[in-house]
Amino acid sequence: MAEKNIITINGNDFAFEPGETILEVARRNFVDIPTLCHLKGAIPTGACRVCVVEVEDARSLLASCATPATDKMVVRTESKLVVDARRLIIQLLLSSGNHNCAVRGSDDSDWTRFQLNVQKDDHSDELCPVWGDCRLQDLAYQYQVSGDIFPSTGTKYPLEDVNPFVVRDFSRCILCGRCVQACNDIQVNNAINFGYRGADTKIIASGDRPLKDSDCVFCGECVQVCPVNALVEKDVRYQVRPWETIKTRTTCSYCGVGCQLELHVKNDQVVKVDGVDAAPNYASLCVKGRFGYHFINSPDRLTKPLIKENGEFREATWDEALDLVAKKFSEIKKNHGADSIGVLTSARISNEDNYIASKFTRAVLKTNNIDHCARL
Amino acid sequence: MTNTIACIEKSDVILVTGSNTTENHPVISSFMKRAVKFKDAKVILVDPRRVKLAEHAHKYLRQNLGTDVAWINGMIYVIINEGLYDKKFVEERTENFEELKKAVEKYKPDYVEQITGIPSRDLTESARMFANSKNGSIVYCMGITQHTTGTDNVKSLANLSMICGHLGKEGGGVNPLRGQNNVQGACDMGGLPNVFMAYQPVIDEAARKKLEEAWGVENLSPNPGLVVTEMIPKAHSGEVKAMYIIGENPLVSDADLGHVEESLKHLDFLVVQDIFLNETAQAADVVLPSACFAEKEGTFSNTERRVQRVRKAVNPPGQAKDDWWITCEIGTRMGYEMKYQNSEEIFEEIRKVTPSYAGITYDRIEKEGIHWPCPNIEHPGTPILHIGKFTRGKGVLHPIEYTPPAEQTDDEYPFYLTTGRLLYQYHSGTMTMKTEGLNDRAPGTYVEISPQDAAKLNLIDGEKVKVASRRGEIKADVKISDKASDGTVFLPFHFAEAAANRLTIGALDPLSKIPAFKVCAVNVSKS
Repeated sequence: MAEKNIITINGNDFAFEPGETILEVARRNFVDIPTLCHLKGAIPTGACRVCVVEVEDARSLLASCATPATDKMVVRTESKLVVDARRLIIQLLLSSGNHNCAVRGSDDSDWTRFQLNVQKDDHSDELCPVWGDCRLQDLAYQYQVSGDIFPSTGTKYPLEDVNPFVVRDFSRCILCGRCVQACNDIQVNNAINFGYRGADTKIIASGDRPLKDSDCVFCGECVQVCPVNALVEKDVRYQVRPWETIKTRTTCSYCGVGCQLELHVKNDQVVKVDGVDAAPNYASLCVKGRFGYHFINSPDRLTKPLIKENGEFREATWDEALDLVAKKFSEIKKNHGADSIGVLTSARISNEDNYIASKFTRAVLKTNNIDHCARL
Repeated sequence: MTNTIACIEKSDVILVTGSNTTENHPVISSFMKRAVKFKDAKVILVDPRRVKLAEHAHKYLRQNLGTDVAWINGMIYVIINEGLYDKKFVEERTENFEELKKAVEKYKPDYVEQITGIPSRDLTESARMFANSKNGSIVYCMGITQHTTGTDNVKSLANLSMICGHLGKEGGGVNPLRGQNNVQGACDMGGLPNVFMAYQPVIDEAARKKLEEAWGVENLSPNPGLVVTEMIPKAHSGEVKAMYIIGENPLVSDADLGHVEESLKHLDFLVVQDIFLNETAQAADVVLPSACFAEKEGTFSNTERRVQRVRKAVNPPGQAKDDWWITCEIGTRMGYEMKYQNSEEIFEEIRKVTPSYAGITYDRIEKEGIHWPCPNIEHPGTPILHIGKFTRGKGVLHPIEYTPPAEQTDDEYPFYLTTGRLLYQYHSGTMTMKTEGLNDRAPGTYVEISPQDAAKLNLIDGEKVKVASRRGEIKADVKISDKASDGTVFLPFHFAEAAANRLTIGALDPLSKIPAFKVCAVNVSKS
């Protein structure tokens, strides 16, 4: 029998398959290691260092997302050394831009001035637009960190709001690289990457152009994976807070892929769409599925039955309209035979709707004249 | 699809044809692109337009419009001639091999090059690449089916897959991509004139008996009905007097629109049930407002035959109702009681009369959908079809001859026209055109033309031109693009004000009755 590979995490022994990272083994065994830049399905970069752990006999702390487990490895995930390192990292990240959740400088006298400056940048008098929906804020709470240890580094690049769908708020970008991975490794649209490098690093598209003038196809995968919402839906920023919405999982109604969606609903209106991490799309969506939801609440929607009289439509009650349709169909069937009526059902409606249309055509009209737009 | 979407990432060679995957099925295109980037898979793209996927392809073959049977036969010729076919699979699982071999004999790469324009060397190399793969997958879409030879094209692809032994295994398969969310389900539910639920033929007496019992009715019609492309002409000639159109917009999406318009006017009575007062609804006598996907409970079946839940997130506007409720009310008022409490009650009835759905329940698909066939409640579903054997036993190889498209170019109409969708719009646009950002990205129609053709006609980018066919004409802006090949122009069909389908031809595939949207002859001139 082959010898088992065993790793010890926080005093517990776990078996692992060669090639698994420390993070993967830990997560599989319900040991929580916080991450920020780690993106499922992409090659680990170890960029943010939030997932560092202490490994016995290693010279320094190691990024658990990028370090393969080895036999007899002894790992501690929340030792003092680890926690101190994480706190420092989070403090540095918080000081790197407009992170104006209350966390950032709650005990600092400069807080007011900082907050006022951010409000000027954002043209808003509210706290951070993603307050309550930010991985960095979560970590700051978890590790009880504030950002006032270091002076704020300020904002190098202005907000980009010329695009449809997406606002790029560089003042909140922590350069974790998840968006770059989502674009290059998950969707493989290859539209964005790191640019300038060093202290001037910026996520750029096509030689630093606005997204709308680049190769970007607005799939929004980057928006969904951004942990600090430096990338945020245009219609959501400062308009929708996560606690205001109810989320419903459903299936996309555009093409035949059947992507699993989560519809975010506020005041009985769909205001945002996310991909669900399940088959068949594993969280990915396209521009139509993610951003093409405005038709649902369009003022052009039909709201009442209409009957045409003398070439003009007038509103009617359901009873009136349904009785008229039933009467007309019955007459035409009687006078011209069942095959003088044709039904077009739809590739856009549900199986239940289609079944009923099929049953109605066969059992009530007594014809097989039913088809739909499969060929179009 | 014979296989699953996830399977695409397990293929080592993916032959993509007649599918502009990155625009029409963007999420599926990511599976292809990841397979290339991370799994060393190779993509062979065969398409008359140099679509974006070409950037990720190892082989890009550009065929002349409507010559698909020729290049597929050419590949089959190379594979048989060089002995690269899967002899064991052919022997054990197929029949008619000798006939196929004989039929493809004349499709030598040089001859195929004359018909298709694909360089013989590229064809030969691609054929070898596909035959030598371990799990070669074929993915196609409307660029294969919307031809007068659509059925032939599909059968030819099935031939190619079978002789290479690429069916019935992970990563292989013949995989049509469905363009609409529930095309699969509409077909499964008997939304077709020749079959009931789960493709039970209407001419089969036993199938009729079973349904008559289940529904408590007598005398279901034994005669196959009309397909949409027959219904419209029969409306014109007066044989069809009334139509009930649910959730469709044939006045933008059908071929040869002028004729469709005339035909619907001839009807005595037209009922349209939709979420918008679209072009077709405006022609109706009665319009019934229905709920959209976000407002209803139910199921859709996706392109990989996976039955998935649809859930209500918001209330329908005004008095709009579920489609099934409206149809049931009409049925009940015509004297046949159709009453259901909710969509789940209907689904339970579907299970009883649809053998491939019998094992699927709302509970079972609460978290993840199930692939039909799923004959009973213990069955896990069938992600991959044809493992071990085909439904009918042995797979038939069909010898197929190339026939040219229905309409050829001439002096008067010197360009071929092909049509399709854009990433940012969907079908007749009734849904996507309500989103400002999508209109911003794709505001209106254009005619895509090659730089060489544009130079010949002395056209500049953005200038308005007239595109005319024997059936009609439209105006469009010129878009000069390397995507277009010389002699062929492309039009998106979304835009009602300049509907590409005023130009397309009503010619049908004799079997599937699909219109040849992908080829007709046009003239392009300064307007």
